Amino acid sequence: MPARSRSFRRSPAADLARIRVQEADFDAGAELSRLASPAAGGIASFIGIVRSDPAAARLVTALTLEHYPGMTEKALEKIAVTAAARWPLTGCTIIHRVGRLLPGQNIVFVAAASPHREAALQAAAFLIDWLKTAAPFWKHEDYADGGSAWLQPRAADEQAASAWRA
Amino acid sequence: MRVLYFAWLREKIGASSEELDLPPEVATVGALIDWLKARGPRHRDAFSGEGIVRCAVDHEFAGVEAPIGNAGEIAFFPPVTGG
Repeated sequence: MPARSRSFRRSPAADLARIRVQEADFDAGAELSRLASPAAGGIASFIGIVRSDPAAARLVTALTLEHYPGMTEKALEKIAVTAAARWPLTGCTIIHRVGRLLPGQNIVFVAAASPHREAALQAAAFLIDWLKTAAPFWKHEDYADGGSAWLQPRAADEQAASAWRA
Repeated sequence: MRVLYFAWLREKIGASSEELDLPPEVATVGALIDWLKARGPRHRDAFSGEGIVRCAVDHEFAGVEAPIGNAGEIAFFPPVTGG
């Protein structure tokens, strides 16, 4: 898996998107600051974190994220371009970590900046909802009992993504 | 043609990629899946859940009807679970 992050700049809409796939952690505060500009009236963001629910049937001890290098970056850029076509964004960011992560650690960061609050909030929700169903990542969980398993897709994620097509 | 496998599909097949010489009649994603299933028990098992395995042709999601004639790289994988 590539540790190096890459950016793709092919279209004007993609120009305002910052796309990263990386093993390293991200600095959410620094990422939000990058999106600040006089034209951006608001910035909305979401951070996904490795969850380990003590009440779950099997306690998660680690999460390993596999992805499809080459396709992942294109898929994320397409999601960002779709958001930029739908809302008046001054910038947006998608950072997804890969490799082995521990409970409480960051997995994913998405943010959208727009002249107006509603567009920023909606675009950020769209970015994470679509990312969950339209980008080639796969989660593998390790458990405290020594076992491990690939995560099953959740129907609720597909429904959340479908809702944006309505 | 280069065929890639990810996640549990990679584990079931026991390889992350294969270089394959396909006969000309294998012209769609669906035909390729049928052809791969005939390669042996590991492939047959990996592709046994009809409709579960997803595909990308040259980095674009593709359905079973999608043509593969000019493709350079075809990937098979489970439904995605990122985010």
